[in-house]
Amino acid sequence: MSVPQARIAQMNSIQAINLALDEAMGLDSNVILLGEDIADEEEGGVVGVTRGLSTKYGKSRVRTTPISEQAIIGAAIGAAIVGMRPVAEIMLMNFTAVAMDMIVNHAAKLRFMSGGQTHVPLTIRTMTGAGFGTGGQHADYLEAWFAHTAGIKVVAPSSPADAYGLMLSCVFDDDPCLFIENMPTYWKPGTPPEPGRRIPLGKANIARAGKDVTLVSYSRTVGDCMMTADKLSKEGIDCEVVDLRTVAPWDAESVLKSVARTRRAVIVHEAVKPFGVGAEIASRINEELFGQLAAPVRRVGAHHTPVPFAKKLETEFVPTLARIESAVRATLG
Amino acid sequence: MSNSTRSVPARSTLIEMYRRMALIKLNDERFRAVIKAGKIVAPYYSPRGQEVIPAAVSVSLSDTDYICTIYRGIHDMLAKGLPVKLLWAEIAGRATGTCKGKGGPMHVTHPATGIMVTTGVVGSSLPIANGLALATQIRGEKRVTIAYFGDGASNIGAFHEALNMASIWKLPVVFVCQNNRYGEHTRYEVTTSARQIADRAAGYGMPGVRVDGNDPLAMHAAAKEAIDRARDGGGPALIEAMTFRFHGHVFGDMDGYMKKGEKEEAMARDPVPAWRNWLLENGHASEGELQQIEASIQRELDAAVEFALASPEPDLSELMTDVFAPGAAQEQAA
Repeated sequence: MSVPQARIAQMNSIQAINLALDEAMGLDSNVILLGEDIADEEEGGVVGVTRGLSTKYGKSRVRTTPISEQAIIGAAIGAAIVGMRPVAEIMLMNFTAVAMDMIVNHAAKLRFMSGGQTHVPLTIRTMTGAGFGTGGQHADYLEAWFAHTAGIKVVAPSSPADAYGLMLSCVFDDDPCLFIENMPTYWKPGTPPEPGRRIPLGKANIARAGKDVTLVSYSRTVGDCMMTADKLSKEGIDCEVVDLRTVAPWDAESVLKSVARTRRAVIVHEAVKPFGVGAEIASRINEELFGQLAAPVRRVGAHHTPVPFAKKLETEFVPTLARIESAVRATLG
Repeated sequence: MSNSTRSVPARSTLIEMYRRMALIKLNDERFRAVIKAGKIVAPYYSPRGQEVIPAAVSVSLSDTDYICTIYRGIHDMLAKGLPVKLLWAEIAGRATGTCKGKGGPMHVTHPATGIMVTTGVVGSSLPIANGLALATQIRGEKRVTIAYFGDGASNIGAFHEALNMASIWKLPVVFVCQNNRYGEHTRYEVTTSARQIADRAAGYGMPGVRVDGNDPLAMHAAAKEAIDRARDGGGPALIEAMTFRFHGHVFGDMDGYMKKGEKEEAMARDPVPAWRNWLLENGHASEGELQQIEASIQRELDAAVEFALASPEPDLSELMTDVFAPGAAQEQAA
């Protein structure tokens, strides 16, 4: 489903990632795709992200795999070591747990353990996010596990155009990248990307400039931060929203620069709050800017529970707009 | 030694297999002596007793073929052609080692001789070997990949996932299980439901064969058949090579879990001198020729030990190097 860009004013994340993969495969024959249900015979992925690619590039380069997460990542690692650029799909982020040995002990460490003789230019695509009533094993944000591991990059786009530009950068990066796609916002339309424009890894985006308080986020919750900022602007509260784009290595320079100006920070993510990415960022802000802060750094994340099924509980589990707003107000005293 | 009707390889191959076995045996003896003397401190998983398997496999491989091996894999690497002095420097944790001293004995890597990954995790050599073979297949190359692993690995999920994937995609990979009868300290029968691991191949639609891994002729024939078939596009195979490890799980292991006399009996049938005698008795080599090979190995080992111990330790800057590609951010926080 290559999307002719000239004809559409809006594009969703499924189309944007599909376009990035299509272009990457066209640019470099070393780019191959592995994953469950990804070829067209199986409908091009459970939500259609890879639709059309096996027809265009052949089933040798776009391989539907068995439901064998260790074997998928293992095969991708082996191929990457000898110069291919595999994009391996682990359908849901919770299933990375099944492949953890391959990701953490091997993909992330082989460059270091081999003294730089080998490296693993592998991209792992995975989707997650609460909101669809998928319960405790299909919706977790687990990025902190990987951010805690040396040697793997973690990328979490917040819009279709970012998904496109960051995906191209991941595929052509020389290190393993975990690329997190938010499931509930897959179909949300956005501005189409500029063709071929790669977004650098490790660099944040100032999604909204402001002077009173800095909201730091990534993935779906960037949208929640933008809504909160819009609402508070009507009261004259001017929020800056920093979209990290890359969770690890995160752009500390941009975050610290912003907080040095606003003197207030709130970190928002859908992952559970304790021991999360927000804790690392808050700690770093405290280490660097303690004397300049006008208020303690606040964190907003999911409750420290498994993702619940019942709609009422699931809605409360994730960081709600009310909790984000309340945290921002708390920093303003 | 089996003197069966099967064809005996060329004399040069027979001698080369001996050279590789002798290198593994003598290297092991030297290692244990140097570790005992306290000159090198490293965890050591001796491959002594299992020399025949990689020696007989590797003579049918070239530098462009790949292997993935495991923490007990120094024999696999030496048989594949790993330069001895780079191995010693790595195990001594020196900057001149294969991996600049950053991998150690469980992660020796040397792509120039096709030693692509050495893993410290049981079973993890198999899924990665598939990936090397997958690249070969997509590119239309003629390389073969060997995945080495032990009997214990046949009970972990990675083994089963990897065999299934290799079979459905007909990958050019040969799975070589070195069955030394013990997974860590536990006997095969206690942990393994299959009468023999080779039987598990049938469940994945690939040929599976159990072979005496201490018999160079049988091992060579089984390996060559599987390697040739994989190279010609015939897909993967599983070889279960029966053997025994002489020095337990890890250096310092007192073998308290073994049946009394079991190890002594295996050591009495030491496959390396047995092959040496067979070569002499059948007129394939002279005593002088074999002594020359052994002396040459000892000289190589002398030089390797000297090189390793005289080499510098890695610079502290190496700690932050090779985490990511040069130029990329090396860490989260300064």
